[in-house]
Amino acid sequence: MQGYYPLFTAIPLGMAFFNLLAAKINQKISDFLAFLAMASLSVMAVKMLFEAPFAYHVGGWAPPFGILLISDGLSSMLLVIINVIGLLAMIYSTKYMDSYTAKEKYYTLFLLMIAGMNGVVITGDLFNLYVFLEIASIASYALVGFGCEKNELEASFKYLILGGVASTLILFGIAFLYSLTGTLNMPDVAIELGKIGMNKGVGFVMALFIAGFGLKASSVPFHAWLPDAHPSAPAPISAMLSGVLIKALGVYSIARLMFHIFGPSALVSSIIMFLGALSMVVGVFLAVGQHDFKRMLAYHSISQMGYVTLGIGLGLNPNVSPALAALALFGGLFHMVNHAVFKSCLFLCSGAFEYRTGTRDKLKMGGLVRKMPVTSATCSIASLSISGVPPFNGFWSKLIIIFAFLKAGYTIYGVLAIFVAFMTMISFIRLQMNVLFGELPKRFEKIKEAPFLMTLPLVVLAILCLAIGIAYPFIDSVMLEAAKDTLLDQAAFLSFIAGV
Amino acid sequence: MADDKIKKMIHDSEHGMTSIVKTIVRFVIGIIFVFGVYIILYGHLTPGGGFAGGVILACGYIILTLGFGKILGLKKLSDKVASVLDTAGVLVFLIIGLAGFTGGYFFLNFMAKGEIFHLASAGTIPLMNIAIGVKVTASIFAVFIALSIFGKFVSALGESSEENRKGSNEE
Repeated sequence: MQGYYPLFTAIPLGMAFFNLLAAKINQKISDFLAFLAMASLSVMAVKMLFEAPFAYHVGGWAPPFGILLISDGLSSMLLVIINVIGLLAMIYSTKYMDSYTAKEKYYTLFLLMIAGMNGVVITGDLFNLYVFLEIASIASYALVGFGCEKNELEASFKYLILGGVASTLILFGIAFLYSLTGTLNMPDVAIELGKIGMNKGVGFVMALFIAGFGLKASSVPFHAWLPDAHPSAPAPISAMLSGVLIKALGVYSIARLMFHIFGPSALVSSIIMFLGALSMVVGVFLAVGQHDFKRMLAYHSISQMGYVTLGIGLGLNPNVSPALAALALFGGLFHMVNHAVFKSCLFLCSGAFEYRTGTRDKLKMGGLVRKMPVTSATCSIASLSISGVPPFNGFWSKLIIIFAFLKAGYTIYGVLAIFVAFMTMISFIRLQMNVLFGELPKRFEKIKEAPFLMTLPLVVLAILCLAIGIAYPFIDSVMLEAAKDTLLDQAAFLSFIAGV
Repeated sequence: MADDKIKKMIHDSEHGMTSIVKTIVRFVIGIIFVFGVYIILYGHLTPGGGFAGGVILACGYIILTLGFGKILGLKKLSDKVASVLDTAGVLVFLIIGLAGFTGGYFFLNFMAKGEIFHLASAGTIPLMNIAIGVKVTASIFAVFIALSIFGKFVSALGESSEENRKGSNEE
């Protein structure tokens, strides 16, 4: 496995373009090729969980001169999230995307997005990170506008402009960091920064990174693009954007840079916790009043990502006891996995409902549990999971975060987290009342259950919701513990430069 | 004869710009192409490389299209050929990268490096420059085609949606 680590970007990149050529000869084959690429990537990603950490030197160049790829607990966890959710979204797309034209171009953009996200997660080089971030972002701009309707193009344009601003801020940050340290290799930058210590330049770089990656992660003051962009995309893409992209590009990058390059600091910790709490509260308040199914889910994404940033923020704080910081960080990472599972399930459900009923307005649906039992059951499970009902996965991660905050003396944040969980539950009970139960409108008398290829990913995700909740010690030992330890152990990260 | 047709097109005021522009374009086009190819081939020795040279070559095609009209432009490099070249360029680049696995590393420069400052040196880098040059030429010209010639389709879409808006206002 070790020698083939770069294949995580090479396979999707190669297949993206090969698919275009193959589709010129035979249109049907593009479904199969895209599935093949994603399936092999998922198998590889799951295998990576059982590898010891290592560093890969691209082109055989020793760091700090060549590009360094890093495999550790955190990147393995993200690789699993990206590729497994990606595979399920891909299976879902084969049927769902029939209603759009130019399917092979869709697959190309999808695979490019996967290549970009995998690249962001595996790289150990700052400029390389920027390049892959742009690949994933640009593919996602195009995917948001894939329907080419007026609203979709408008959302895509908004996303493009704000995403461009974010990329510029990040590039500025990288340029400043390069001028301060004279290197782009991440462990090397961290070592150099340790020699310089904290000064105004470093603080400015941190501010640029928090704003730039915050925009990508859509924390609240930077969230304006998300409620437009995520609902406008085709459903599998909404699931990828909300479930994976904002984590891989936004939260992962913040966590990696803040923990490993800049090191824990009380100031950054309080800023990130404040942003997290703000997103949590504002997101949920905006979500409650929404009628559009997908728009509501998009606002909940902002709110749920608030929990993740909150947990990571407390983990960065050097003043609380290490055990509590580790607990909060663990809760944040756990919630990141859970959010990927249930939010992509909910978005795919909304797509299945839209596929059959032709509407996204909650108030125009109703009683669908009688017509679409499988989709409704999975939607229900995912809703319970996001509302934090035991024994589903969302409950445990929220519990851990809330517990850590109350224990660490941040009572306000802890109480806010409880309050937001309550509001989330209200919002999803209303969703179930409106969509699944109640009276079935006359015009939906004849609709059928969604096709098998669309319900299969839903069922898998719903089972995952339950399984992660129940078999939590297993998930913990396989990936979460390693990811948490990776983030807290800066020395191990610095040792990558020496080569393993 | 195809040549006759093109000759006719060159002197025809229906297609493209005035004969002043056409004459100048015919004068500089060869130089532009030679310079673009030079920048690509000498990418590993002098400043420049696949991207810069590719942009110059694409500009050559764009100038042809601007000067002589879309029929001649698309005849020289049609949108379909451009899309195939675009894809093929990336794939060749990636295959060279993957070929590095024969030596154990992704993107390993596994070929003989040759003598420094000679044209045939630096192993796989000139090949990669050529692949990127082809890709950039094709894709920038494809973007130009999409925005200018096929762009009319998009602007027609915009007009129709404006009509819709007017219609909905009247309602």
